[in-house]
Amino acid sequence: MLATNLKHIKSEEEFFQAVENDENVMICCGRMGPMCIPVYDIMEDLEEKYEKVKFYDLDFDAPHAHVLRNHELSRTFMGLPFTFYFKNGKAVKATSSIQSKAQVKENLETYLLKD
Amino acid sequence: MSARHYDVIVLGAGSAGLTAGIYLGRAKLKTLIINEGTVGGQMVLTHAVANYPGVLETGGFQLSQIMKQQARQFGCKIESNVEVTQLDLISKVKQVEIDHDEVYTADAVIIATGGKPRKLGLLSEDQFKGLGISYCATCDGDFYAGKDIIVVGGGNSALEEAVSLTKWVNSVTIIHQFDHFQAHQHAIDEATNHPKISFIMESEITKFLGNDTVEGVSIINKRTGETSVVPTNGVFIYIGYLPNSEKFKGIVDLSEYGEVIVDENMKSNLPGVFAAGDIRKKKYRQITTAVSDGTIAALSTIDYIQNLKNNFV
Ligand SMILES: Cc1cc2nc3c(=O)[nH]c(=O)nc-3n(C[C@H](O)[C@H](O)[C@H](O)COP(=O)(O)OP(=O)(O)OC[C@H]3O[C@@H](n4cnc5c(N)ncnc54)[C@H](O)[C@@H]3O)c2cc1C
Repeated sequence: MLATNLKHIKSEEEFFQAVENDENVMICCGRMGPMCIPVYDIMEDLEEKYEKVKFYDLDFDAPHAHVLRNHELSRTFMGLPFTFYFKNGKAVKATSSIQSKAQVKENLETYLLKD
Repeated sequence: MSARHYDVIVLGAGSAGLTAGIYLGRAKLKTLIINEGTVGGQMVLTHAVANYPGVLETGGFQLSQIMKQQARQFGCKIESNVEVTQLDLISKVKQVEIDHDEVYTADAVIIATGGKPRKLGLLSEDQFKGLGISYCATCDGDFYAGKDIIVVGGGNSALEEAVSLTKWVNSVTIIHQFDHFQAHQHAIDEATNHPKISFIMESEITKFLGNDTVEGVSIINKRTGETSVVPTNGVFIYIGYLPNSEKFKGIVDLSEYGEVIVDENMKSNLPGVFAAGDIRKKKYRQITTAVSDGTIAALSTIDYIQNLKNNFV
């Protein structure tokens, strides 16, 4: 399990529950490495501000991480972390490698909260 | 004074800024640490720190978490992942605005904003980030198993990371802009003797090529002007660090490389403005030297505030 203060997705079942039960979901799938830690940190900061979004992490090396590792949107990804944005159960945006707070906020606003 | 007034604002929560915070908090000065990125700064980029005295070996992230906890325990407030949008370091009461929103004032400021990895600055660099361009071998090396990759740079990081990438990849081509390396001899020996590593010297990348992912790079030989294309599946970039001093240009005295110039007590040319860590002009940049600078900057600041309260400044 990742050593973050985010909610962790610990099984495939939890993954489907998370994306299907909530309208707006952001999941960061990574390890505890230098490109991933800043993204978890940003998500922890944004959690309070973006009450309409549920934020989760998912351990890249856990067996159930295949749901994002092998996702259609991450087909060409070659950098951790993989960050996914889900709207009403559907993946609407995914990014590879480290992201800045401005980039994460832009994706939340554009893909999850635009209406 | 308003509730937003602090005795000291520290800009940056890397090892220098957090250390300054620990000393200032312990001296009962009301201290705010404002950090534009992740708390820990470059420490977080380090998988294993083996040369921090008193600690056998630890992760940079773990070390930074302990420093953060110590600073907080002594009463420092930390604002991280914010942007400094305006600064007044010249007036007697210093002012820092964050996120175009909140304004904080203080009697003194310590600049501990460290450095950031230098980018090549090519248009397509951001487009291919995570799609064939990487800045971390340990993080992304396994995505390149069996592939032919390029490492850009000729310093210790470039050579050491190139060697570490050989665990996964088929071949590494190091592209370096000079005809010699700026690295320790042991790093040069290890890279030059490695059967999977080859070199293209005196050359620079001018363009990344590919559709969804990197498929090659255009390069130019700096001596002959000759251009060519090198096919590759991935590019790892290690071309050094730049000081985070853009916001202080024209305000605080900077060196030709953009480092803040301070005296041995970490005082800048401006009264009440100090600097510590990698941001200051110095030769050796390590966690230990940043911690030492942070200590000295904090002790100098404590003296400055004391004198201010006694009307000596
Ligand atoms: C890959 C790597 C490995 C390393 N390995 C080691 C090692 O094993 N041992 C060792 O001793 N040293 C190591 N170093 C060097 C060491 O990490 C640095 O010298 C040290 O951490 C610098 O600390 P600092 O506080 O001065 O700056 P930084 O760590 O750079 O921290 C500065 C902080 O300020 C923030 N900031 C930037 N601009 C602003 C602004 N305008 N306002 C507010 N905040 C701002 C940044 O986001 C950052 O969080 C390594 C460095 C790297 C990159």
